[in-house]
Amino acid sequence: MFDLQGFHEAKDVADAVQALTANPNAEIISGGTDVLIRVREGKDAGKVLVSIKNIEEIKGVKLLDNGDLFIGAGTCFTHLTNDPLVQKHIPMLGEAVDTVGGPQIRNMGTIGGNICNGATSADSAAGMQVLNAIVCLTGPNGERRVPISEFYTGPGKTVREQNEVCTGFLIKKEDYEGFSGKYIKYGKRKAMEIATLGCAVMVKLDKEKKHIEEVRLGYGVAAPTPIRCPKAEESLKGAACTDTERMENYVNIALTEVRPRSSWRASKEFRLQVISELAKRALKEAIVLQGGQINA
Amino acid sequence: MRAVGKDKIRVDAYGKVTGEAKYTADLEPKNILHGKVYHSTIGNGLVKSIDTSEAEKVPGVVKILTCFDVPDIQFPTAGHPWSVEKAHQDICDRKLLNQRVRIYGDDIACVIAENEVACDQALRLLKVEYEEYPVMTTVEEALAEGAQALHPDLRKDNVIVHSHMTMGEKDYTFEEGLKKAREEYGEENIFTLERVYDTPKISHCHIELPVSFAYVDVNDKITIVCSTQIPHIVRLYTAMALGVPAGRVRIIKPYIGGGFGNKQDVLYEPLNAYMSMQVGGRPVRLEISREETIYGTRTRHQITGHTKAVVTKDGQILSRRMEAFANNGGYASHGHAICANCGNVFKELYIDKIGTEVDCWTVYTNAPTAGAMRGYGIPQSVWITECLTDDLARKIGMDPLEIRLKNCIPAGFKDPHNGITFHSYGLKDSIIKGAELANWKEKRAEYDKPQSGDKRRGIGMAIFCYKTGVHPIALETAAARMVLNQDGSCQLFMGATEIGQGADTVFTQMAAEASGIRYEEIYIGSTQDTDTSPFDTGAYASRQTYVSGMACKKVAEEFKDRILDYAEYMLNNAVQDFSKTVYVEEVTAAAKKIRELLSLSEETEISKDSLELVDSQIVEKKSGNPLLPLAILADTAFYSLDKSVHIAAECTNHCKSNTFSSGVCYAEVEVDMPLGLVEILRIVEVHDSGKIINHDTARGQVHGGMAQSLGFGLSEDLLVDPKTGKVLNANLLDFKIPTAMDVPDLEVDFVELEDPTGPYGNKSLGEPPVIAAAPAVRNAILQATGVAMNVAPMTSQRLTDAFREAGLIKTISVD
Amino acid sequence: MLKIIHFKVNGRDVELAVDERESLLDALRVRLDLTSVKKGCEVGECGACTVLVNGEAVDSCIYLAMWADGKSVLTVEGLKGPNGELNPVQTAFIEEAAVQCGFCTPGLILTAVEIVGTGKDYTREELRKLISGHLCRCTGYENILNAVERVVKENLQKAN
Repeated sequence: MFDLQGFHEAKDVADAVQALTANPNAEIISGGTDVLIRVREGKDAGKVLVSIKNIEEIKGVKLLDNGDLFIGAGTCFTHLTNDPLVQKHIPMLGEAVDTVGGPQIRNMGTIGGNICNGATSADSAAGMQVLNAIVCLTGPNGERRVPISEFYTGPGKTVREQNEVCTGFLIKKEDYEGFSGKYIKYGKRKAMEIATLGCAVMVKLDKEKKHIEEVRLGYGVAAPTPIRCPKAEESLKGAACTDTERMENYVNIALTEVRPRSSWRASKEFRLQVISELAKRALKEAIVLQGGQINA
Repeated sequence: MRAVGKDKIRVDAYGKVTGEAKYTADLEPKNILHGKVYHSTIGNGLVKSIDTSEAEKVPGVVKILTCFDVPDIQFPTAGHPWSVEKAHQDICDRKLLNQRVRIYGDDIACVIAENEVACDQALRLLKVEYEEYPVMTTVEEALAEGAQALHPDLRKDNVIVHSHMTMGEKDYTFEEGLKKAREEYGEENIFTLERVYDTPKISHCHIELPVSFAYVDVNDKITIVCSTQIPHIVRLYTAMALGVPAGRVRIIKPYIGGGFGNKQDVLYEPLNAYMSMQVGGRPVRLEISREETIYGTRTRHQITGHTKAVVTKDGQILSRRMEAFANNGGYASHGHAICANCGNVFKELYIDKIGTEVDCWTVYTNAPTAGAMRGYGIPQSVWITECLTDDLARKIGMDPLEIRLKNCIPAGFKDPHNGITFHSYGLKDSIIKGAELANWKEKRAEYDKPQSGDKRRGIGMAIFCYKTGVHPIALETAAARMVLNQDGSCQLFMGATEIGQGADTVFTQMAAEASGIRYEEIYIGSTQDTDTSPFDTGAYASRQTYVSGMACKKVAEEFKDRILDYAEYMLNNAVQDFSKTVYVEEVTAAAKKIRELLSLSEETEISKDSLELVDSQIVEKKSGNPLLPLAILADTAFYSLDKSVHIAAECTNHCKSNTFSSGVCYAEVEVDMPLGLVEILRIVEVHDSGKIINHDTARGQVHGGMAQSLGFGLSEDLLVDPKTGKVLNANLLDFKIPTAMDVPDLEVDFVELEDPTGPYGNKSLGEPPVIAAAPAVRNAILQATGVAMNVAPMTSQRLTDAFREAGLIKTISVD
Repeated sequence: MLKIIHFKVNGRDVELAVDERESLLDALRVRLDLTSVKKGCEVGECGACTVLVNGEAVDSCIYLAMWADGKSVLTVEGLKGPNGELNPVQTAFIEEAAVQCGFCTPGLILTAVEIVGTGKDYTREELRKLISGHLCRCTGYENILNAVERVVKENLQKAN
């Protein structure tokens, strides 16, 4: 039995916002895979939980008329991975969330919860970074949209207010079209694992598939919040897919943009080692996915 | 053999796949009270006071007990048979709740409440004042000059036990051996090596938590239903802890969800009983959470082995030395026995031509308490021994297989200290069989070629030996009972416990074999109840199939004998006494048939010597001709108005033998150098465990052990904060036992030699599988990369650090 | 506070008063005596408490009982056929010696039921991933994989 003060199953987003506004001690629960664990630990004991688990309007993935994708915050990882739109347009994200925990957790945990927890280790975080996702938040004063680059304010902290419900994520057409992407999770086990490091790379090649037009490099756990490496990205513009030297250079630049720390989970040195290796591997795999040729 | 050696379906499989098998928590009565333990938030010190006033106010709280309330009695917890010799009794070093805090998370108070939430809330409101002492989580700190003794009433310093043992001449020392080696072989013909190897603290991670519930029965019996491997020992120690006679305590052990040695210790059962007694005998449940289980029950000992060795150029090991230091944590538990066990296998796995010197130190610290865990010091011992063996082989450029064949423990080996003898000897056969299965020669040659690049491959091996049970170090005794039913089926009651390993199944097979009753008609009682079950010390030391198996065989033979007694009576009284029964025709025909078969006259008595029980039929012994179904005999024995006998048998077997098992593991790996990832390409294990009673369950044991050993080698490491003594990764997310994705396909084979001492030629198998995979992988990594990893687990971080140091991957420098 | 939920449990309609603070695990074990659902960690790390909710495996320890309202829950108690015959997954677990201590078994069987129910073929590696949400300390997963692989194949043969 969880030490809760109360529980409210919200009928819709407005109901959830109202319940959250009515009680400052209230907290949103979606999949439950993180919130209930905090309650059990005593960290969030005595809270009122406002459940958004059964709100159908925030589940699923839609292709909007303008070609943008909308990912409902309440979509669980398994459904995201199996979603035909995700598989077609942003398979990297589907693969990324397919590395969360184990199958049961993926049947429960949601993309909204994964991002709104503010954890740098979230498996969708690096992917959302490179997709330039826009976080849609609904509060008492209506909806606001926050670019993912402005969403995180610190470890476990985001700009979302206590009474705001994340309804989903917008991925602009120009942020996925023509790109291929690869997410590599580095953990100590192959399943039931929190990322020691997560790395997502998206690339767009020229028509001949010989040169890199654009590359995006995002990390989880390389800093207190999920990050992008803009300088490293810039350095590869126009580079030949076979240009090993520039790739090495890109890795070295990325290493200057990350801020990993030592903890009992992993040393800074080790994280740097993984950061550099994954930047390289994810880039190469992303290029190959798009039909480019690399120097193996 | 009709039942033994046949791969019978487990007797408990049906109950377990249907969910019908009941485990402790499944049996709790409704409206039970909930208990929870308050754990210290310091690692070393004294509780000065506990303010319970706020906690008492929480609605639903029934009682709060603190370390100031409990009886002033210290008791032992190790699941060893008790000894009537003072010197061999286990160390009594803890109370139900401890005022003197020796580990972070020590048990200092507990709450009993109507529900779990009230327990949690009350726990958060307890206010504890401590006097804090410096925390010593390592052996070095605890042995340092002036270090505070954690148990000054029992030991003047933190050394629990130091044992010194030698092979070779009496008073042998390594230094003398080295001198002798130089003299006899010449400096230029010998190599010496000095290495330190280290092993991790490990949590057992049985999936069922340590859970119990206790109540005082109407007859004043203090009853505890609990998940334990050792019900009879729990009874005795609970009685000691509570200060009541043993007969007043009753332990009931239902199905249990794994133990691996953690439940070979008395954990919270005495406290649970005390909690119930303090609330008027009402049932109280005490479920220890996963976190509490990891930091507060028992762990595998972290053992550091300081080694030295001398070997000749052509691979003759001349002498070895090990000083082993076991970090035992805050309480003694089994500790003193485990490090000595570690020393034993180091000294005997190889026969050093000149001699061997071993010192084992078991040390109290403020780290989590270490106790029994599957393998009982031998995974650590073999890690140390087999790392050293490969390092020696590499030093002299010898094939690791050759150096092992040349030096390993030989047939007929007898331990000079305890007399344990290698009776049936399958070690070398196992090594050879495994080498063939693993393609050792080809793979070794292939991977010996220079490798570069990000992915490198290697094959490695490790061997082990393991005794069977604990004789003569401690008592080995077991009892069993069989009781006939009206239909000719019977119950088999063992004092030995099923803990998932398949004991009930092999006992049923043995009982079927020895009695002649069909396997399917023997119902084994899986629940041990100390009020009704025969005595047995429990599941540990890979003893049960051997020691309890002897009792099982003995009781089944005696049971059969009593059945045949009655058969003899029936056949000799076929016409007179049975004329009115419904079985008169069958019995008369049976008597007639055996007389014909044996050409006996009507007047000659039929002797039971000419009878046998086969497949639940009374048969004529020589020809095997069936005479009478056991069902008829049983029904008659129950209800005969002339001679009613309730056929049953009970036996104790005091086992005074022991024998070695052995085996080998081969691992082929691919190492991802920049990421420090180890992929097991193939892993093959061959066991010399005597005759296998049931290959399906035996293979299952080996699979599970191999996976645990891979965890030991690659991922499992209980981390303790050196400042506070707090465990950093006390959950199943951060303590990394392998998932299905982390374990490769596991290949298993056996060399089946009849052991003359085993009840059916069998010897230990439960623990041996948990030993060799880790060092085999380590030695494979050594071949692949040239890097000798001395510390387990070989995590990616440790591997990349070592690769960087060896110049195999580049150093990343930022700033 | 107690709340009434309506859901299907092992095919039967159930009306049940649950505390809104309790997990589905507790509701099934304590209120409905479905003790095949095991507790091993309470935080979704071991998989012993797995049940199928609307056909999908979830860790019932971190699934609120309130969420089961209107849904269909399957536990191992609900697997036997109308005449008490075992589900093929259960039979395979018995015959492949995939059962040792048995504590992870009910959860794994339910995950296997979900896997088999997809009617798809899977490689052994894919199966490893699909069962990776269950920790087992006894078997090294070898015989469990053998059992699941066998039922998947048998099921496909039956379908063809």
